[in-house]
Amino acid sequence: MKDHNHILHNVEADGIDRRGFLKCMAWAGTGVLWTASGGILVSKTLAEIAKTGTPMPAATDLSFLQISDSHIGFSKEANKDVTETFRIALDRINAMPVQPSFLIHTGDITQLSKPDEFDTFDEVLKSCRTKDVFYVPGEHDVLNDGGKLYRERYLKSVDAKGSGWYSFNKNGVHFIGLVNVLELQAGGLGQLGDEQLNWLEADVKGLGAETPIVVFAHIPLWTVYPQWGWGTSDSERALGFLKRFGSVTVLNGHIHQVLQKVEGNVTFHTAMSTAFPQPAPGTAPSPGPMKVPAEKLRSMLGLTSVHYKQGKSALAVVDSNLS
Amino acid sequence: MMTFIRKNKKAVLLTVLIALNFCLAAWGDDGGNGAAAGEKQNKIEIKDFMFNPPTITVKSGETITWINRDDEPHTVVSVGKKFQKSSALDSDQEFTITAGAPGTYEYFCSVHPKMTGTIVVEK
Repeated sequence: MKDHNHILHNVEADGIDRRGFLKCMAWAGTGVLWTASGGILVSKTLAEIAKTGTPMPAATDLSFLQISDSHIGFSKEANKDVTETFRIALDRINAMPVQPSFLIHTGDITQLSKPDEFDTFDEVLKSCRTKDVFYVPGEHDVLNDGGKLYRERYLKSVDAKGSGWYSFNKNGVHFIGLVNVLELQAGGLGQLGDEQLNWLEADVKGLGAETPIVVFAHIPLWTVYPQWGWGTSDSERALGFLKRFGSVTVLNGHIHQVLQKVEGNVTFHTAMSTAFPQPAPGTAPSPGPMKVPAEKLRSMLGLTSVHYKQGKSALAVVDSNLS
Repeated sequence: MMTFIRKNKKAVLLTVLIALNFCLAAWGDDGGNGAAAGEKQNKIEIKDFMFNPPTITVKSGETITWINRDDEPHTVVSVGKKFQKSSALDSDQEFTITAGAPGTYEYFCSVHPKMTGTIVVEK
């Protein structure tokens, strides 16, 4: 990675209310480390970290990994073997010196919601040393049955409500998995719906403002590019319930590229796909699968590792590609 | 195709039961048999996440066929459930319906709801 890809922000703030970071939105290349402490938000490329010797976060408290958009069953030009690239992503996880506590899959497990595609995914996933996986569905996982098959397979370890949303706690962090790919309206974006929003409001009500929150859902919970449907129509209401918290990390998939935005105490982050890249907003006639030279493909696929150190307000988010 | 035919019959029955002028449910997948001889074939191509043409005018009784030319699945879903929806169409898959009662019908792709189209049915 070239040095000019790195983004470095030094913003004066009081460490609690980081309004100074409002509208700080940046395209982040792969392999970017974000940390925030003492009111200073810093992002550096992994290449720069290697050069300057800045320590990577030590795996002492809670580390988990986000994988996304595996699209098992896709076999078009953009990647004729998505099962293989998914396998490579799992190999990368298995090679980590300290295994993450669990994985989060932010949807589009399959291309066409077919049982044999889910079977293939499950079979390949068996090779992963990390066994706990938390899921949210993508629109590709709920194509013909409203998500019935998805829910039967992937919500066994959680107390899911409605069409499959849930929350859980790990190491003092409150995790919330949301569903924003069902009952979509003509002309609209992703949607959470009143029932889920009411549940969310009640779910976080009893939590102290110091509780770190991680929200994950398939379609971005912020408006990335509405012309391509890259946003969620009622996400503002959801984020309203989370405003009082000191640290909120929002992890999404769907757009097959890394994009970050920090707004107040909320960090938004989208992950790469393990299957194929999609174009940057507005740079192509449509958001369809992007064909890139074969030698470049793996540099545009990847996974996201997230680290939480107890007592620190923000979580460190690191993307790495498969090249 | 048995399920399609069965659904079609059900839809027709429903129409009779509900009301004669609420004919929209008579729309249905034609079971892949295509249009009868002499009938106009109305094609809508799905490409680059768009229905092309976005608005199509047909006569009642004519067939309308969508074909997906993207590397991404799409669906054809009537706003207000006024005609039978398609299943997810993979690349190069088609979906055909027969136009029912005259009127203007909006539809969209339930996977990518930004994709919308209009069917105008004339007598």
